[in-house]
Amino acid sequence: MVFRRAKNILIGKPGTSLANKTGGWRVFYPVVDKTKCVACGMCVMSCPEGCMETSKETKTLVDLDYCKGCGICAKVCPKTAISMLKEEK
Amino acid sequence: MIEIRLHGRGGQGVVTAAELLATAAFSDGKYTMAFPTFGSERMGAPVASFVRISDNPIRVRSQIYQPQHVIVQDPTIIGAVDVFAGLKDGGVVLVNTAKPASELKISAKANVVTIDATKLAIEILGRPIPNTIMVGAFCGITGIVSMVGIEKAIRHKFEGKGDIVEKNIKAAEQAYNMLKKK
Amino acid sequence: MKKVTEGLKAIAETVALCRPDVISAYPITPQTHIVEELSVIVANGRLKCEFINVESEFAAASVVLGASVAGVRAYSATSSQGLLLMAEVLFNMAGMRLPVVITDANRAVSAPINIWNDWQDTLAIRDAGMIHLFAEDNQEACDMHLQAFKIAEDHQVMLPVMVNLDGFILTHAFDPIDFPEQSEVDKYLPRYVPLEKLDVKNPLSFGLMGGPDRYLETRYAMAETMKSCTPIIRKAAQDFAKQFGRNYGELVEEYKMADAEIVLLSMGSIISSMKDVADELRAAGKKVGVLKIRCYRPFPVEDLIKSLCGKKKVIILEKAISVGGVGILTADVKAALYGQKNTPEISDFILGLGGRDVTVADIKAIVAKAEKENLKGEFYGLDQKLVEEMDK
Repeated sequence: MVFRRAKNILIGKPGTSLANKTGGWRVFYPVVDKTKCVACGMCVMSCPEGCMETSKETKTLVDLDYCKGCGICAKVCPKTAISMLKEEK
Repeated sequence: MIEIRLHGRGGQGVVTAAELLATAAFSDGKYTMAFPTFGSERMGAPVASFVRISDNPIRVRSQIYQPQHVIVQDPTIIGAVDVFAGLKDGGVVLVNTAKPASELKISAKANVVTIDATKLAIEILGRPIPNTIMVGAFCGITGIVSMVGIEKAIRHKFEGKGDIVEKNIKAAEQAYNMLKKK
Repeated sequence: MKKVTEGLKAIAETVALCRPDVISAYPITPQTHIVEELSVIVANGRLKCEFINVESEFAAASVVLGASVAGVRAYSATSSQGLLLMAEVLFNMAGMRLPVVITDANRAVSAPINIWNDWQDTLAIRDAGMIHLFAEDNQEACDMHLQAFKIAEDHQVMLPVMVNLDGFILTHAFDPIDFPEQSEVDKYLPRYVPLEKLDVKNPLSFGLMGGPDRYLETRYAMAETMKSCTPIIRKAAQDFAKQFGRNYGELVEEYKMADAEIVLLSMGSIISSMKDVADELRAAGKKVGVLKIRCYRPFPVEDLIKSLCGKKKVIILEKAISVGGVGILTADVKAALYGQKNTPEISDFILGLGGRDVTVADIKAIVAKAEKENLKGEFYGLDQKLVEEMDK
């Protein structure tokens, strides 16, 4: 008698995407010009991946492990402090 | 096995009458089954229900095409529906009407009995729902189920609904006594 | 204690005895009284349960799916179009391995609009991955609900179970029903213990994506479980018989089969009339037996081989058809017997669709027909006048 529940397929433990770095397939990546950045936080609020943070001291930081390179941050930045550069390895 | 078919219109308690007969027969210690014609229920539409009563377990669940007895709760249905279809010889046909049996021109070879159940229902229950009266009358004529059984069935069915219980028992009992074999 | 009770009300009472934690259902003829009665039972405080009102069967099924993922006993009931509206969710329930129990008051499917009995609704979703049980009478239908929860919630099964009973023929019939005591039900059916559940303290994700690299395995797992859960279904029936004294067979029920030459095979309420036919024909010297399928999924292949091989003739009566194919039950029976030795001749009849009444006389006429020639997918009981007018 074999009963099979396929639990390994049907049920997942959350947090697995933290372990899986999702920023691996960008075409462009954001670069913040810290001399222009005023830490207003527009980009932080707009980032669909939640991978940006900012403060007066550090100015805006991007966690490139998870950034997918969508460019929304560059579009919304009121100081045009973010530019999207081609990912080349 | 005794098979009974009941005819009436939606809202007259034809299905409840069948249920009461079955419950009464069950409390008398018989095997029993009751069911309605299966339809989209609406007030006033012709409906029928069926009862089987037996000393042995009942299995068959098809509708009843050759009843021993027929109960007609609404005389206006005669003609609109062939209420006597398949009726076996020698049974009872009980009709709710103010007319005497001889005026009904029923050709079936049956013992045709009439009772003005609607009038009685309005008198006792205050509503023109003749079902408990028809059940009482039918059992008075045939003795198929006992009046004790009917009383139990009415109590079981209308439990917690106030004076409806006693009124219906009174109505059934009165009809039972009117038509009981002398 | 035995009480004369309408089929649907009896089922509502029995379901309440099974103590579900969440009920969600949408009323549809001929299932409506189950929903009405259960909502009264919950509102009166007799059953501690969340009764969740919804706007459709799709929502009802989704609610009980969610409740089951949250780790509680969940129940729903439906019929016909309602069942088909649930269909997508039923596949999800089975795929997610959730032990929900659903009652289906078997009814035809539109068009034309028809509220009466056949099996077209339930057999249309036979491939969802649910266990399908069919009841012959109302007492069995009630008792089957206890067994259904027990089977579904067994950690070796974890599949939804559908209890089928014929619409109107059973649902609206008044029969004396023997209701078990609550303590007896609790003994037979202890509280549901989920294996995993939605829990904020121990977060898990359910209903994940399974791509081409893993979907095949999930279906394999269901198929293997279906194959191997038959001992659990048998045991649920045996344990029930031991505790409550009522035995309806396990996957199938044999009636006068030992020396039978002709076997009448079907499911549901028509079995009762078939048993009467067997008795009558035996009195006339014909060796007729009846085989009732109680468990349609998993399909009782081993039982059928054991019961049917060596018989002269099997007559299948079915209230469903795969239009453009053959009778649905017939296809299953034939597939089960293919390649076996001493297989019987099989005649199959499509009848009773949309609530067309089937009498003892009808079944006797069918036996007489099938004795003369082997008939395949024969429609029985057609109104020839109506058929002729179809082309005009």
